[in-house]
Amino acid sequence: MVWYPPPVRPRDPPRVVVTGVGLITALGIGWAANAQGFRVGRPAFRPVTLFDVSRQRARLAGEVDLPATAPPTRLNARHVRRIGRGGRLLLWAAAEAWRQSGWEGDTDLPMVLGTTGGGTSLGQDYYRQAVGRPTRGRGQASRVAHYQPQRQGQDLCDAFGCRGPVTLIANACASGANAIGHAWHLLRAGVAERALAGGYDELSQLVYSGFDALQALSPTRCRPFDAGRDGLALGEGAAVLALETLSGAQGRGAAILAELVGYGATTDVHHLTQPQPQGDAAYAAMRAACQCAGLAPGQVDYLNAHGTGTPLNDSAEAEAIQRWAGASVTRLRVSSTKAVIGHLLGAAGAVEAAVCVMVLREQWLPPQTTVERLDPRCRFSLVTEATSTQVEVALSNSFGFGGANATLAFRRWP
Amino acid sequence: MKGLYVHGVGAVSPAGWGVPALSAALARGEPLALEPLARPGWEKPLTVRPVPAPAARPAWQGHSRLRRASPISHYSVAAALEAVGVGRESAAGGAVRERLGVVVCVLSGSVNYTHRFYEETLRDPTTASPLLFPETVFNAPASHVAACLGTVGLNDTLVGDDGAFLAGLALAAHWLDTEQVEGCVVIGAEEMDWLVADAVRLFHRRLVHSAGAGAVYLRTDPPPGGGVSLERVTGAHTFAAGTSRAVAAGRMRTELPGSGVGELLCESRRGVRRLDAAEVAVWSDWRGARLAPRVVLGEGFNAASAWQCVAACEAMRGGRYAAANVSVVGLNQQALGARWVAGPGAERGGA
Repeated sequence: MVWYPPPVRPRDPPRVVVTGVGLITALGIGWAANAQGFRVGRPAFRPVTLFDVSRQRARLAGEVDLPATAPPTRLNARHVRRIGRGGRLLLWAAAEAWRQSGWEGDTDLPMVLGTTGGGTSLGQDYYRQAVGRPTRGRGQASRVAHYQPQRQGQDLCDAFGCRGPVTLIANACASGANAIGHAWHLLRAGVAERALAGGYDELSQLVYSGFDALQALSPTRCRPFDAGRDGLALGEGAAVLALETLSGAQGRGAAILAELVGYGATTDVHHLTQPQPQGDAAYAAMRAACQCAGLAPGQVDYLNAHGTGTPLNDSAEAEAIQRWAGASVTRLRVSSTKAVIGHLLGAAGAVEAAVCVMVLREQWLPPQTTVERLDPRCRFSLVTEATSTQVEVALSNSFGFGGANATLAFRRWP
Repeated sequence: MKGLYVHGVGAVSPAGWGVPALSAALARGEPLALEPLARPGWEKPLTVRPVPAPAARPAWQGHSRLRRASPISHYSVAAALEAVGVGRESAAGGAVRERLGVVVCVLSGSVNYTHRFYEETLRDPTTASPLLFPETVFNAPASHVAACLGTVGLNDTLVGDDGAFLAGLALAAHWLDTEQVEGCVVIGAEEMDWLVADAVRLFHRRLVHSAGAGAVYLRTDPPPGGGVSLERVTGAHTFAAGTSRAVAAGRMRTELPGSGVGELLCESRRGVRRLDAAEVAVWSDWRGARLAPRVVLGEGFNAASAWQCVAACEAMRGGRYAAANVSVVGLNQQALGARWVAGPGAERGGA
């Protein structure tokens, strides 16, 4: 697969559909466990056990009950033992998507993955040993090899017998959405027929401490778009989508879960960590995603907001949503599933894309049950109760440090 | 398909700040001197090739975004501004008037600040600096580059071994070909830290860590006189699923045309036999000139792959070669290649 020049571009870019979804979050492993939790908005936070948070302002996170075993793949036990927490999260999600898609190995299959840290905990272990016991080299080579994000992508190749290529996108908290969007472009450009795309991130002491140092973590509970919101909650997890062209999926009689119809990405250069207050780049990302999908705001039934629960993000996003939706804003149903599982950073965009596919497939809206008083600046309809309703089109917003903004648009597959 | 033309290149390397310093060091061909780098717990320092301090403080360092930025961000901005042209630098007063894409490719990222912040966290998380943490994020350099160039166009950070820079070129090519951007600057950047230098030794004890950045500015309209164009980027051949370095390198080689007559091969060879074996084998039939920047400058991961491309473009601009193949057999992920051609021959891209 030569990257450039690309194959002759199809006159009409192929439609891209989702034929597999896998995810793992604090709600559990797999579609069923997550759908059950998201559907009722059951918060899955608990005290952090992975590292010491006794001196932090916040103490909770959406920590995953990660099994000691790995899902069945081509990897042997020795290989699995070397994979860090982040890589294992990714493996669980990818294995479910792979199984559901019905794909087989021995192919060139682009893997486009988003992450902010890869195997951060292995990197932390490396540092502690290098400083604490500098002359002891045992295990260090393996840590160096396996903490690097590309290694987790290569592990997926080994797990499923694919040759890649492996692309790692690290656009902070938009990484997962950007990865799915990048894969969508590859398929539409005729570069590939299929791609595995998603995001993953593990909870780590470094990142937890970082958000705490910024006073971005909620010392109470995560309440996106609440008037009294006081910060985000961190989580961990992964989601992977099996994407393929519509003709390819139909040709092999695959079950289609949803159609990925649009993607928009923009950059906010206002500040490294703070969004421009009017949400210009977020507005532009939503607009771009809908433009390439041929959608008017009034056709969008549900928006999975980035909605971190920080005062600055949610007010800028609310401004952007309202400007983008215009007169349709009062009928637009919005929620942030970060109220349930926390902010999964590089995995957030991918998990929230998976939630959109669930919403379209099962026709319900994920509520935020922790909202006490809606921020009066929000004119959209925030979903606060479990709701079954007809959903044809769902959008997912993801914004990150550095000003990375991405929006994905999905349509129900009849 | 449109042609992809090089409108500028930029470099920061152990040879100094700017492409002329890089070119002069490569022309001399002598490995640059090694410098000691202290490593906690060891009497004997590591040996590395760091970036020297700039002779004078560049004007862009006054940009508000760069006051607390890490070295990798400074290298990235410097290389990008040189490639795009300082006259268009927003920090210098004039915003870039186009949809300019930015792709930054890294392996280890902002490791200085990461290790400092983690050190502070372990000591006492209540006093860990909130100023350091945001700069540890992989895409901080890309964000700073966009801010300094005044562009809100597409902006991606790719993480991977030294092959990621060529994958970044392919991403830029896709953006340009599909008219998502009007120009795109692709940057490979890395910074120096004892943690990384220590880890590099685990690949091979003779491998010398270096740092810096390289940048290539691509557009679809030809520059005056034709210049250099990107003709091809091979697939990214992953070392996985039974594919060895040798097999991956072989696949890369079969996707790059040319036997070498009148052409340049710019290799990722490091001067370390075990690591170089696969690349040396696949290019054994090459009859043209060769250049191995890493042997002179050190192992700068994605910065080094960018230096390879910058050096290839500069050699062709100087009229010495009609074409150049850039070969990267990465440290632990993938093998990729790129082919650059001189003159207004971009339409030969499909050949």
